Amino acid sequence: MSTTLFRTIQPNHFTLLTTALLRTRTKTSRHISVRCQTSTTTQQPRTSAPKNHGSNKLDEILKDYEAVIGIETHVQLSTSTKAFCSCPNSYGSHPNTSICPVCMGLPGALPVLSSKVVDFGVRLGLALNCSLSLKSKFDRKQYFYPDLPKGYQISQFDVPIASGGYVDVDIPLEFGGGHRRFGITRVHMEEDAGKLLHSDAGDYSQAMIVSKLDLVDLNRAGVPLLEIVSEPDMRSGVEAAEYGSEMQRIVRYLGVSNGNMQEGSLRCDVNISIRPIGQAEFGTKVEIKNLNAFSAMSRAIDYEITRQALLYNQGQADKIVTETRLWDEGAQKTVTMRKKEGLADYRYFPEPDLPEVILTQEYVDSIRASLPELPEAKRRRYEAMGLGIQDVLFLANDVSVAEYFDEVIGKGADVKSAANWLMSDIAAYLKNEELSISDVKLTPHELAELIAAIKDETISGKIGKQITDPVEIEKMIMKVISESPKQLEQYRSGKTKLQGFFAGQVMKMSKGKANPALLNKILLEKLNAKE
Amino acid sequence: MLSTLQPPRSLTLLPFRRFHGSKTIASLASSSPTLDASFVSPPQSQILTTRRSLLSGETTASEIAKSYLSRIRLTEPQLKCFLHVSENVLKEAQEIDQRISRGEEVGPLAGVVIGVKDNICTEGMPSTAASRILEHYRPPFDATAVKKIKEMGGIVVGKTNMDEFGMGSTTEASAFQVTANPWDLTRVPGGSSGGSAAAVAARQCMVSLGSDTGGSVRQPASFCGVVGLKPTYGRVSRFGLMAYASSLDVIGCFGSTVADAGVLLHAVSGYDRFDSTSSKQDVPEFDTQFLSMDSFESKPLKGVRVGLIRETLEEGVDSGVRSATQEAASHLEALGCVVTEVSLPSFSLGLPAYYVIASSESSSNLSRYDGVRYGNQVMADELNKLYECSRGQGFGGEVKMRILMGTYALSAGYYDAYYKRAQQVRTLIRKDFKAALDHNDILISPAAPSAAYKIGEKKDDPLAMYAGDIMTVNVNLAGLPAIVLPCGLVEGGPSGLPVGLQMIGAAFDEEKLLKVGHIFEQTLKGSGFVPPTLPNVA
Repeated sequence: MSTTLFRTIQPNHFTLLTTALLRTRTKTSRHISVRCQTSTTTQQPRTSAPKNHGSNKLDEILKDYEAVIGIETHVQLSTSTKAFCSCPNSYGSHPNTSICPVCMGLPGALPVLSSKVVDFGVRLGLALNCSLSLKSKFDRKQYFYPDLPKGYQISQFDVPIASGGYVDVDIPLEFGGGHRRFGITRVHMEEDAGKLLHSDAGDYSQAMIVSKLDLVDLNRAGVPLLEIVSEPDMRSGVEAAEYGSEMQRIVRYLGVSNGNMQEGSLRCDVNISIRPIGQAEFGTKVEIKNLNAFSAMSRAIDYEITRQALLYNQGQADKIVTETRLWDEGAQKTVTMRKKEGLADYRYFPEPDLPEVILTQEYVDSIRASLPELPEAKRRRYEAMGLGIQDVLFLANDVSVAEYFDEVIGKGADVKSAANWLMSDIAAYLKNEELSISDVKLTPHELAELIAAIKDETISGKIGKQITDPVEIEKMIMKVISESPKQLEQYRSGKTKLQGFFAGQVMKMSKGKANPALLNKILLEKLNAKE
Repeated sequence: MLSTLQPPRSLTLLPFRRFHGSKTIASLASSSPTLDASFVSPPQSQILTTRRSLLSGETTASEIAKSYLSRIRLTEPQLKCFLHVSENVLKEAQEIDQRISRGEEVGPLAGVVIGVKDNICTEGMPSTAASRILEHYRPPFDATAVKKIKEMGGIVVGKTNMDEFGMGSTTEASAFQVTANPWDLTRVPGGSSGGSAAAVAARQCMVSLGSDTGGSVRQPASFCGVVGLKPTYGRVSRFGLMAYASSLDVIGCFGSTVADAGVLLHAVSGYDRFDSTSSKQDVPEFDTQFLSMDSFESKPLKGVRVGLIRETLEEGVDSGVRSATQEAASHLEALGCVVTEVSLPSFSLGLPAYYVIASSESSSNLSRYDGVRYGNQVMADELNKLYECSRGQGFGGEVKMRILMGTYALSAGYYDAYYKRAQQVRTLIRKDFKAALDHNDILISPAAPSAAYKIGEKKDDPLAMYAGDIMTVNVNLAGLPAIVLPCGLVEGGPSGLPVGLQMIGAAFDEEKLLKVGHIFEQTLKGSGFVPPTLPNVA
């Protein structure tokens, strides 16, 4: 499509996309960059403040404040087409190859909603325990930016497809454990914008354009998104990160998105303010962007809590301003991206090109019936089976691991043994080999049989496993060698056939579970070592 | 079926009625042969005539195309209806002739020479909406309506002039040229589809496509003395129509007869999966309505209930227009209709509501013209400058004014007072129309408060110009179909100026409008509205 398109459009359009298009940026954003510098310098002492203060003192200060955190999550849907045209929705294509008159915003082109987007919206809405709007609509959110071809984003404003839900999460033990429920304000459907590519700046952020040459790639324009807005229910970086992880698990369980943060399929923007404990009103809200891992999210939030608490503590609360900050992974701190000058007026109004989205109860019911078991239900089920919380969290974390586990125990395997196998041996193997559970040749059925055989003592439980740790094997080898000085002498004087004797002894010591190849390799090294 | 239109025989069916408006041109008519009813036969469908003569071998598509091209060459310097004339007309005509000579089937619009308003996309042919910002822009696709026309053998002869992006009522707001009214070259053809209306009036093409957001097909049809058909919202796909106000825009048809407009509408109608607002309603065969005169009964419209909208004949309407409308009502009565007056209480609220909604939507629809991906870009070293200069230099004054009005109306704090309120008015208007159409088959009114006025006359008085849309905007707000057809002449110009009658129907009942319109047209004495500035017109 794209080639025909460019061929038929007047020639200078082609150059528009390939040559300098936007020379640097606006005056206002230049000001921002200046301010950005000054604010970073003035922030310098604050940044290092946590180190200057003893950590006890910092803890003292933090004790007096409570953070209020809300998260906006954008989930890129894994539909085969874009939301409003039939362009393929594929990540990583060559720039401007997945575009058509509709997603390019050509004159006269009209959007047509893909029913799959509604499908996915309903699935996610139900999974997040929301109530659905049987009649919702699309609206236009209007602003000018070169990555926004129509000058407006098709979104949902006052009537989202789903609202008023919640999500349950378990905080991992290492972070204190416990169960939390976070409110979901709404889920709405919208389209993604394109991307600006800058010649020299990294793909950093929209407003931090510092390049001379700017190009627009519209492959992502019109890709369907679901935006999930949480209630401001989180209180720490850990809680926020766990909320984010749960969103990732849920969209993966549902199959509505690959939830990949690096590719930007799952993007979390965090809104955070702090207030003295006991105060009812919220403090000034700061937004943090550019969080491409949950660990980064947790650290960014904790950094931001500290920064704001110190400002409060120093009587400089007025220096906490409504702004968007970026997480700088290298410096491990947040920096000002842009200050918000008043409220942006997006001039929302109902999208006249699209009819209302009407859902029938039968349709909703059929989707509800087709929902898979969700992470929370799995966790509670595993827990009820008698598994410890650590096992539960591990198994339910990855939908394919959970499915594998369910199949194994479905074959009647002992629950605890199956969990052990998956969490220790198989997990270690997958990690070493950088594989996923779907790559494992051992079928759930075979694993179940193995577990059963071990239980019946047909084979020893240890036979089932192999020792692949070279250090452990080496220890056994050294022990055997030191216990057989005579044989060693004979070997070293030329009777190399004795290698078999040593190997046999080590194998015996390991009860047959040492990896033979590894054993022989290390054994040879030791036997041939010059004293 | 297409040849049901027989050559007319006589006009003895109905008593001749003269127009008794205070300033009718009854006196002029007797001195002008083109207007002397006793010598004028009812107008004939050019599409149906073309088809007949092509299939019978009487003429060829090439000959027809040549004669239209030479008419365009002859008249364009004065009229300026076209922004672009296609280079492929003869080639396309020859292909049709070859198909006919090989005995192959040709489409129902084979050889029909069609003008297309410049805001309707034509693949590879300039499509600019008469705006500087799209100067030289050639779309990579055909609008669905154009695609259908081409598939049926129609020949797109060129792109017609208009008010920039459809914003205006005179075609003076074109960034490129001012089109003259064929009835009087010093007058406007109306707008915004002024080029399409004038081109049909001047017989530069047989039929044409226009677009109607607040009257942009019907008012120029009235000013130029041709038939203008605005279908129900959703009847014709908007895919490829450059949006002005999406919830009001429709593609409409011009013809010199009701039958022509109806056949063209049939060709372009129907559900389109590329336009979610297009309707899945069946498209009936309108052709069956276009019976020949000799098959008319004495009261061919017996029992048809016609409501004359009282509010459209009140103050502000020229007396000539008023009396022509009343004459038309009498004519309908003579045909058997039951004409009564109806009141639409919300009528006067429509105009302000229309301008709020249309401006609001246009402020959004025109955001895409930012100079980034296509169209004229003014190079700048910062982003806001690029937008400012590209849009500042690309858009004309009227467009900028409406973008500003719309932006204002949608702004936080004003939305409820303007946009939301206007939508409430819209609901009210729909209800009033519904009630009136529950008791009547069609409603009638003038198409415009006056006949064509002078070029420049209202250019600096936008409010006066906007007021001229009062007859038509309500129909768009209600999404209903309406047809405008010439019903009389008033004094002005070298030999009078045409006045159009508007007939409004229930949603998706174009069939009834076409039936009533056709019989009205075929029986109207003094019909055959051919501009006097164009001699030798067949």
